[in-house]
Amino acid sequence: MKVAVLALQGAFIEHENMLQKLGVDCVELRQRADLDKDYCGLVLPGGESTVQGKLLHELGMFDVLQTQINSGLPVLATCAGLILLAERISNDQAVYLATLPVTVRRNAYGRQLGSFHTEAPCQGLGTIPMEFIRAPYVEAVGPGVDVLATVDTRIVAVRYKKQLGLSFHPELTGNPAVHKMFLQML
Amino acid sequence: MEQKRYELNKELAQMLKGGVIMDVTTPEQARIAEAAGACAVMALERIPADIRAAGGVSRMSDPAMIKGIQAAVSIPVMAKCRIGHFVEAQILEAIDIDYIDESEVLSPADDVYHIDKTRFRVPFVCGARDLGEALRRIDEGASMIRTKGEPGTGDIVQAVHHMRMMNRAIANIRAMRTDELFDEAKRLQVSYTLVQYVHEHGRLPVVNFAAGGVATPADAALMMQLGAEGVFVGSGIFKSGNPEKRANAIVKAVSNFNDAQMIASLFENLGEAMVGINAQEIELLMAERGK
Repeated sequence: MKVAVLALQGAFIEHENMLQKLGVDCVELRQRADLDKDYCGLVLPGGESTVQGKLLHELGMFDVLQTQINSGLPVLATCAGLILLAERISNDQAVYLATLPVTVRRNAYGRQLGSFHTEAPCQGLGTIPMEFIRAPYVEAVGPGVDVLATVDTRIVAVRYKKQLGLSFHPELTGNPAVHKMFLQML
Repeated sequence: MEQKRYELNKELAQMLKGGVIMDVTTPEQARIAEAAGACAVMALERIPADIRAAGGVSRMSDPAMIKGIQAAVSIPVMAKCRIGHFVEAQILEAIDIDYIDESEVLSPADDVYHIDKTRFRVPFVCGARDLGEALRRIDEGASMIRTKGEPGTGDIVQAVHHMRMMNRAIANIRAMRTDELFDEAKRLQVSYTLVQYVHEHGRLPVVNFAAGGVATPADAALMMQLGAEGVFVGSGIFKSGNPEKRANAIVKAVSNFNDAQMIASLFENLGEAMVGINAQEIELLMAERGK
C-alpha cells in the first residue's frame, strides 16, 4: 500500500514522516509522469495554494489528479490542500480542483500574528491538538458533507465521500490520529 | 515570546519550503511575483543590486509602501529591518508583517548585538554564513535561517560556500561523541542544547533557505541539491530581461530540482540574466555584517 503526497511546494515531508511512522510507504508527486505510479491514497499538504494550484496546471497534472479524485481516490487535504479541493473560495476568484462541495475563506484568521494552537474535539477521534498557520476555515458546506470539527463555531474539518479536508496541520503535532483515520479510508 | 508562538513561527517557515521568496519593491512587482508562483514576497525599497549601486545608509522601508504590498497579494509578506534595530522590528510587527528579515543587506544599526528576537511575537529569518552564526541567531529567537550569499551580485559562489560550510559542520557534529559536544558548543559560542539537537537530528532545528546571488533556474536547483529547503531571489528577477518568465522558471526549477530535462527546457530563451558582479570585485561585502 502506497500513499502519494503532492510534493510541488510546502510541508510535504512532514506528512511523509508521519505516514512512514505508521508503516506506510509514500510516493512524491512532482510532475505529470508521477501520476502514473501506483498509489491508493493522496495527501495534499500545507503550503501556498496559489503556488501549488499554478504548478498543477503548468506541469500538466491538474486534469489527471482531478479525475483520480472524482473517481474515488481517498484524499487527506490540510490547509492549502483544503483550498485546492474546495468548490468555492469566498475571498478569492481562483478555483482549483473543486471536488469538495464547500466554500472556504483563505487566510481567514489573518496574517501570521493570527496563527494559533488549540485543542478541540474531532468526530471519532476525541480531542486532538490543532495547529492553525495563516489558516482557512470552511464557511459553508454542501449536501453530503459531514462536519468533523469546529473551533469557536468555525468549521475546521470536513469529510465528503473519500475526501478529508482540514484547516489545520495534524502532520505538525506528532499526534497520528487524523492520519490513522485517513488510512482507514483507503 | 511563549514557546507555542515560537513553534507556530517555525511552522510558517515549514509551509514556505520548496518555494521561492522574491524581493519586490512595488505592489505591481508583488502581483507579478505572486502570479509567477512566489510562496512569499520580501517588500523592500530597493533591491540589493540598487542598494549596492546607490551606496549610503540603507534602512527599513516606508511602512506605507509595505502596506501597499500587503494589500496587493494574498501570500505572506516579509520585510527587512537593520541588524540590531529593534525599533524597526517593533514597527514591522505593529503593521502585522508575516516575517521580519533582520538583514545584512541593510546597513547595520548595531555593530555588536543582534535583536533579542525572543521578545517578539512575529517571526524572524536571519542570514548565516556557517553553523555557528545560524545557531547564534536561533539562540536569539530566529525561527528560520538563510545563507547570506553576497546579495545583489548575481554571483552564486558565496551562497554555495556558506551552504557547504554549514553542511560540513553539521556532519561533523553528527559524528562527534556526546562528550565532545560541550566543547563544540563553547567553540561555536552557542547553547549546548542546540548543539545536542544538531547531533541528534543532523540538521538545523529550523528551516534553512538559500539566499544571495541566485540568478538562474540552474542556480536555484543547485542550492536545492546542496540541501537548501527553498530559495530567496532578490535582484535576480527584477534586474533581468524578462522578470515574469524568469520567476516562473525559477519556481518550477525549485519544485523539480532533480530533473535536468525539465530545467533544460525552463532555461530556453529566458532572456538576459542580471548582469553579475564577481564577489571579489566588490568593495562592500554584506555577508561580513553581523556575525
